[in-house]
Amino acid sequence: MAKRIDVSGLSAYYGAHKAIDDISMTVEPRSVTAFIGPSGCGKSTFLRTLNRMHEVTPGGRVEGKVLLDDENLYGSAVDPVAVRRTVGMVFQRPNPFPTMSIFDNVAAGLRLNGKFKKNELADVVEKSLKGANLWNEVKDRLNKPGSGLSGGQQQRLCIARAIAVEPDVLLMDEPCSALDPISTLAIEDLIGELKERFTIVIVTHNMQQAARVSDRTAFFNLSAVGQPGKLIEIDETERIFSNPSVQATEDYISGRFG
Amino acid sequence: MASSIATDTPPPPAPASAQRRKQSTGRAGDKIFLGLSRGSGIFLLVVMAAIAVFLSVRAGIAISKDQGNFLTTFDWDPAGTPPVFGIAVLLFGTVVSSIIAMAIAVPIAVGIALFISHYAPRKLAAPLAYVVDLLAAVPSIVYGVWGALFLVPYLGGLNDWLDQYMGWTYVFEKTEVGVARSMFTVGILLAIMILPIVTSVSREVFLQVPRMNEEAALALGATRWEVIRLSVLPFGRSGVISASMLGLGRALGETMAVATVLSPSYVLSLHVLDPGGGTFAQNIAAKFDESNQLGRDALIASGLVLFVLTLLVNGAARMIIARRKEYSGANA
Repeated sequence: MAKRIDVSGLSAYYGAHKAIDDISMTVEPRSVTAFIGPSGCGKSTFLRTLNRMHEVTPGGRVEGKVLLDDENLYGSAVDPVAVRRTVGMVFQRPNPFPTMSIFDNVAAGLRLNGKFKKNELADVVEKSLKGANLWNEVKDRLNKPGSGLSGGQQQRLCIARAIAVEPDVLLMDEPCSALDPISTLAIEDLIGELKERFTIVIVTHNMQQAARVSDRTAFFNLSAVGQPGKLIEIDETERIFSNPSVQATEDYISGRFG
Repeated sequence: MASSIATDTPPPPAPASAQRRKQSTGRAGDKIFLGLSRGSGIFLLVVMAAIAVFLSVRAGIAISKDQGNFLTTFDWDPAGTPPVFGIAVLLFGTVVSSIIAMAIAVPIAVGIALFISHYAPRKLAAPLAYVVDLLAAVPSIVYGVWGALFLVPYLGGLNDWLDQYMGWTYVFEKTEVGVARSMFTVGILLAIMILPIVTSVSREVFLQVPRMNEEAALALGATRWEVIRLSVLPFGRSGVISASMLGLGRALGETMAVATVLSPSYVLSLHVLDPGGGTFAQNIAAKFDESNQLGRDALIASGLVLFVLTLLVNGAARMIIARRKEYSGANA
């Protein structure tokens, strides 16, 4: 269950271009950590190094260590596929499998992990959909395609799909940026509930959202376009938004740049 | 509504509109283009109608003189007295050879397309795709000659093996000794001929799978094959069906290659390894020169059936695609 993430000296590259430089931080279990920062500062790239999704991009390469409790995700014996089964991810745009029913979408990860009896599968699907606050809206149409739901429902379906496999960590890459305010609120409430069970890391462009949902906030910045992104500071969310220790953070949060 | 209002309002005075037309340089271009595109559309309909009328009239003449049942008769003897001919063998042969071709070509084509789009390193993918496309540039008579001079002699061993181990299926039982100028050989040859079209269309579809669909599977901990199974194949499904139908269209109508390889006979047999049988196109090519007027009309009647068959196949493909529309990737 929920595990601590310990990152040390992590840099990520796209081919020859260094996207993020020498990042170290600790993410506590059963907490929500928000990544904020201007576009191109590498926060999404960093997020994708935490489940080894960065390296599926052509030319993607990582240096450094990511410890999940005590296991290095980048150890030579570690299978990236196995990593992604324990570190779930929710994307910017809802991406349910378009050809699958709602039920099959949630069950997809379980079926990858091995054999399940039919009633076990149904139990986990119901539990996951309830966990994603979607059950009441879809329980009568589990066999309809997931792509027929609204954007906000699709995103909660993707969250249900991610939590169905009981990951140790849940990564969210701007999960509300394609959603309307009401759907956003639903997801934010959900994040509050999910942190009881999972370690959650969320990338967001919306600073109010970071302030609302997260326990700790990390601010990323880059010195100039084309330069690698860096972690400026990470601290309690309250502190970051009231009295950050670095001037750049305060400038960014209060809307003054440069 | 808007258009009815527009037609209800009285047209502006003629001089004024003529004046405007002269000023607007775009108008003349629009008119010419409208005329051209409308003309092309009408031209297509006229050609189609002309073909259909010609085929139907000539076919009607032939069928009215046929003393056998046109659909169930095995023989093809329009010159005899009385003239007796039917398409049973031709229809059967056309369908069987195309089924064999599809059964061989579609899995291989999907495999090649997946390899090019998702497995091969970029340096290998481009040349490989080019070579597959090159297969389409080989004229069909060349395939025919290659089939007759290479496939037929070298397939003997495979045929014996199939007969020995798969003979119990009846289909692969060999009852005649002879060279492999059989439906099975024709099917293999047709498979090679339709491989490029099925492969290149499938490859294009697989390359269009949205990145986020594949990442959805990856992030769940899917292996490369599981990504293909969860994201790529479902997305590409209707595309692969269309690609197969394009290939099937070619296989159904292929003439020269079949005519060169097959040793035709008017025997209907499910033993696909035995020589003999025939297809619509092959029969027309083989018989046209030696036929009298009624013979040619009879061949045209058989051609009409091939036309209808192809139409039905395309219609079926569209139905399959439409039924899956709700689940297609288009609305994602």
